[in-house]
Amino acid sequence: MLKLEQVSTRIGGYRAVNSVCLEVRQGEFVSLIGGNGAGKTTLMRTIAGALKPFQGSIQFMGAAIEKLPPDRIVRAGLCLCPEGRRLFPQLSVYKNLILGAYTRRNDRLGVQRTLSQVYEIFPVLKVRKEQPAGTFSGGEQQMLAIARALMSEPKLLMLDEPSMGLAPLMVEKVSEIITLINVEMGTTILLAEQNAHMALNITQRGYVIENGKVVLEGSSAELSDNEQVRKAYIGA
Amino acid sequence: MHEYLRKKWFYFLLLLLALVFPLFGPSRLIFTMLILSGIWSIATLGLNLILGYTGQASLAHGAFFGIGAYAVGIMTTRLGLSFWIALPLASFLCAAIGFLIGLPTLRTKGAYFAISTLAFGIIVFIIAGNWSDLTGGHMGLPAIPRPNPIPLPLAGEISFTSPAARYYLVLFFLLLTLWVMHRVVFSLQGYSFMAIRNNENLAEAVGINTFRNKLLSFMVANFFAGLAGGLYAMQLGALSPFITHHVLTFNLIIYLILGGVATLAGPIIGAITVPFIVDALFAIGPYRMVIFGVLLIVSIIYFPRGLMGGLTSLWNRTADYYRHRKDGVRHAAES
Repeated sequence: MLKLEQVSTRIGGYRAVNSVCLEVRQGEFVSLIGGNGAGKTTLMRTIAGALKPFQGSIQFMGAAIEKLPPDRIVRAGLCLCPEGRRLFPQLSVYKNLILGAYTRRNDRLGVQRTLSQVYEIFPVLKVRKEQPAGTFSGGEQQMLAIARALMSEPKLLMLDEPSMGLAPLMVEKVSEIITLINVEMGTTILLAEQNAHMALNITQRGYVIENGKVVLEGSSAELSDNEQVRKAYIGA
Repeated sequence: MHEYLRKKWFYFLLLLLALVFPLFGPSRLIFTMLILSGIWSIATLGLNLILGYTGQASLAHGAFFGIGAYAVGIMTTRLGLSFWIALPLASFLCAAIGFLIGLPTLRTKGAYFAISTLAFGIIVFIIAGNWSDLTGGHMGLPAIPRPNPIPLPLAGEISFTSPAARYYLVLFFLLLTLWVMHRVVFSLQGYSFMAIRNNENLAEAVGINTFRNKLLSFMVANFFAGLAGGLYAMQLGALSPFITHHVLTFNLIIYLILGGVATLAGPIIGAITVPFIVDALFAIGPYRMVIFGVLLIVSIIYFPRGLMGGLTSLWNRTADYYRHRKDGVRHAAES
């Protein structure tokens, strides 16, 4: 479904992503694990089209997307839920959600259907749909950010550190919901996480990224047992 | 319908007041000021779309106002076109020039966009003052004719020699502008403008083509700047290059900030109250600008959404106060 070959991206001359090869297949739930500054966010932003790679190819559903602008990539069915639960803070929850479906604006019925689906997964959003998004708590904002990404009905959903800055209980809730999206809705997910423990618990496969390079890959169970991963990311 | 009327009765009352106002026989001065306020309202509503809702500080708004005014002036005097054809042509011309200017300038962000549009405004001012064959140069463009009378089936015709007729004409276009802005602001298109103002990177991640949306907002804003300019040419009957000057842009920004940024009523409140305040302060001459400076700073600090925002929060607070009082009484009765 998504295939990266030798992708490199520079940020201010520095190779933040260095010839990365990565593959995500239909229906899979894949994690991308790495510490601060490993290049996770840069890689995600490169796939989403916000940054352009200077080398390598990115294929999505069989088509090259590395030169497409971000809005075309979202339209193709690849949606990034960016790091730090970014929302439109002055706009109401409802407007945030409707903007999430911006690329489907000609399909009113479909958008309404997705909206009721999303309200089912996140009931709190329906109750507080008129409230400005900026007044929500951290966990709720993360929920809204995920819900908004779902509104575009993505074939592949990329989540950039959804657990960042959340209380442990909230992390658990978020990971439950992400799993639900993968299992119940059948959405393919690529999850970038620093919290390897959480990510390897719920995903099927994983990649470990360090200094912009993929250093390890394998099934999540294998990675959890791997000595290096345990030492570096799980701390046990 | 009943429900609708109950919610919006205040606006209908205002509209009714505006409609019957000429029957009270106001003086020519008041008429002129109100007509001009209506014209400034249309221009400020346009500015509100690009600056207030889309968050792009265009400083070329006065220039587009001037282009609209000169376009109507030149088309009606030199080409002999009817005002009714010249006015829409001028508005579309402004939208088209907005497209061409937006292509390079909207690639810049924040202060750079403000500076590049300001530069365009200054170029327009220089052209208006020096291309004498077309614009009449610094001598100005005189003798712009009044709009042709509109024939009525039974009752003769509406001629635009009286200020009351021009008042209704401007009121009509003001309502039209307000209607368009209302439709835009409460649509997905409007939400995407606000999304760009809130967070441009995120808007892009959501799949909004930010450049195309900013360009559209800029064109619509300039369309209404041109419309207002055309009406101005009609009202004054003569133009000088100073109508394209960036001082005009800053006046419109003052109306917008004092009236209320990113509200629909704000631009109109600002464009009506500020000129009347300026007029009342006429006696103190140039010092009135000092007062405006202070007003602007106070407004930005204490009423970031202008008079309109201040009134809304005051209204909410009073409503809360009375609700609490009522609740308090009920609790007391229960205990």
